[in-house]
Amino acid sequence: MELPIQELQTERIDYRIILNLVEPKSRVLDMGCGDGELLYLLNQNLATRSQGIEIDHDQIMQSVERGINVLLGDLDSGLTDFKDNSFDYVILNNALQELRYPDDVIKDALRVGRRLIVGFPNFAYYKARLQFFFSGRTPVTPSLPFAWYESPNLHLLTIEDFKEYCRKRKYRILSERFVRNQKEISFRPNLLAQWGIFLITR
Amino acid sequence: MGNELSPQEKIVVSPQSFSFENFALENGEYLAEVKIAYETYGKLNGDRSNAILIEHAFSGDAHAAFYHEGETRPGWWDKMIGPGKAFDTNRFFVICSNVLGGCAGSTGPSSINPETGKQYALDFPQVTIKDMVAAQKRLTEHLGIEKLYSVAGGSMGGMQVLQWLVSYPHAMKSAIPIATTARHSPQQIAFNEVGRQAIMADPKWNNGNFYDSEIPRSGLSVARMVGHITYMSEKSMAEKFGRRQKSDQDTTKFHADFEVEGYLRNRGDFFVRRFDANSYLYISKAMDLFDVSDGKHLSEKFYELEAKLLVLAFKSDWLYPAYQSLDIVSACKVAGVPVSYIEIEANFGHDSFLVETEKQAQLVRHFLTRVDEQVN
Repeated sequence: MELPIQELQTERIDYRIILNLVEPKSRVLDMGCGDGELLYLLNQNLATRSQGIEIDHDQIMQSVERGINVLLGDLDSGLTDFKDNSFDYVILNNALQELRYPDDVIKDALRVGRRLIVGFPNFAYYKARLQFFFSGRTPVTPSLPFAWYESPNLHLLTIEDFKEYCRKRKYRILSERFVRNQKEISFRPNLLAQWGIFLITR
Repeated sequence: MGNELSPQEKIVVSPQSFSFENFALENGEYLAEVKIAYETYGKLNGDRSNAILIEHAFSGDAHAAFYHEGETRPGWWDKMIGPGKAFDTNRFFVICSNVLGGCAGSTGPSSINPETGKQYALDFPQVTIKDMVAAQKRLTEHLGIEKLYSVAGGSMGGMQVLQWLVSYPHAMKSAIPIATTARHSPQQIAFNEVGRQAIMADPKWNNGNFYDSEIPRSGLSVARMVGHITYMSEKSMAEKFGRRQKSDQDTTKFHADFEVEGYLRNRGDFFVRRFDANSYLYISKAMDLFDVSDGKHLSEKFYELEAKLLVLAFKSDWLYPAYQSLDIVSACKVAGVPVSYIEIEANFGHDSFLVETEKQAQLVRHFLTRVDEQVN
C-alpha cells in the first residue's frame, strides 16, 4: 500500500513519512495546516479529501491558493462541531508542544478521527541534554530553535514521555518513526532523534 | 472612484430581461407576470459549465460590473468582476439579476399590476428570499444552465446564496456566502424596523399609494441614513469624518454642523432618487423573515450538498458579525461539507465586502481556480 517514498515531490522528511502513513482516498484533517503544503501533497498523491485548520491569516491565504479547504481557528477549540469519526486521519504535526490543552486536544482528535498522526520535536535529543547539562540553560537546537522568552512551545516533551502518555491513556501506537538531520533513524530514538512521528488510535 | 477607467478601456454592458407567467410564491399567492432584469459578463462556454451567479445586497441591482452606455461609474462590484479579476470574465460567465420585489427592472411593488393597470403598491404579495431565488432559478434554466460553477454574494446576497444551497443543493459546484447570516438577529430586525417606521411615518407614504403624487422622500431618506450607519464601523466613520464641521454658512437651527451629518443627508437624498419606498419595506421584511433552515440546525439542510464553500466575514462588521458566519461554518463541519473560512481584517464595517476588496478578491480568485481540482 505504501508509496515509494522517493516519488514524492517534497524535501521534508516529516511530510514524506506522513504521506507514507496515510492510506489513499482517506479523509484527512490537518490541525495547524500552515501553508497547506502537506494537505496539497496528500491530495495530489493519495487523492485524499482534506480539511485544514489554521490560525495565521497569511498561511490561510497560501492554503486557499493551493486549493486547500481551510478554516480560521485555534487548535485548542477548532474541533468543535465535527462529528465522531468524521476523518480517517487527524494530523497534529509540529503543533502538540504549542497547545494549551494537549491532553484534551488529543482526546478530541481521536473522537473526530479514527487515527491520529502526531509529530513533535524530541526534548531528550542528546544535544539538548548536553546543552542543558553543561551550560545549565534551556536548550536551543535546530528542532527547538527558540529562546525561552520567545518560544511558542508550552509543553516540551520527549519520545519516552509520549509513549508513556499513550500507555496511560490506553491509546495504541500503530507506527512510530524517528528523524535526525532529515533522515529516518531507528536506533535509540529517545537519545538520538530530533523528531518523533507517531500514528496512534483509540 | 479610484477604479474608473478611461473611456476606451470601459466595457459597456446592456441590461437584459426575462419574463415568465404564473409564478407561485412561498406564501401561496401567485404573480401573474414576472419580469427579471439581469446582466451578464463574459461568455458562456460550450458545455455551459462556467456560469457564476452573483447575488446583490439589499439596495443593489443587476448592474454588478462594467459600464452602462454613457456612465462614468461602473457596477457595484466592478472591483470583483471583470477580465483578470476575482470573478474572471475571461474564464467565467457571470450573471447578476435584480431581486424579485426590487425596483431596478424586476417585478416589484412599483410595477404595474396587470389586473388593475396601476402600480401594485401594497397589493404586491410579501415575497421571500426563497421566492427571489426561485425566480433566479427560472432565469438560469432559461439561459440553459443546469449546474452553476458558483453562487456568490454578500449581506442579503449571502442569504440568497444560502437559500440556493438549501433549495437546490445539486445546482452548484461551489458557493461563497460573504458577511451574511442564516437568519437575522433581533438587533438586525430592529434596525430594519426603524427604517420601515421612518417610511411609514412619512405622510407622503400614504399607505403605499404615492405613485401618482409625491414620494415619501424624508421617510425613505431617514431609513437610508440609519442603514448607512449600520454599514460602517465606528473606526471608518472616525477616519472619514472625525468631528470636522461643515464650512457652509447655513445659520438655520439644527442644520448639518458636522461632516458626518452632511454625508448621511447626502446619502439619503441620493438614495430616494433611485429606490422605491415600498420595495424598501418588502425587501427588508423578506430579510427579517428569512430563516434558511426554518428554525432547525442548518447542518440538517447541508447533508445533500455537493458544493464546497468559501465563507467570509469581516472583522469590523458589527451588523453581520463573524459569529453568524461561524454558524454557517459549523453547519458545514457537522455535515462534512468542505469549507474554507476566514475573518478578514478590515476597517470598513459591513461595507467592507463592497469597498475593501483586496483580500476578498484574492481569496475568491484562488478558491474559484481550484473548485474543479479537488474531487469531494
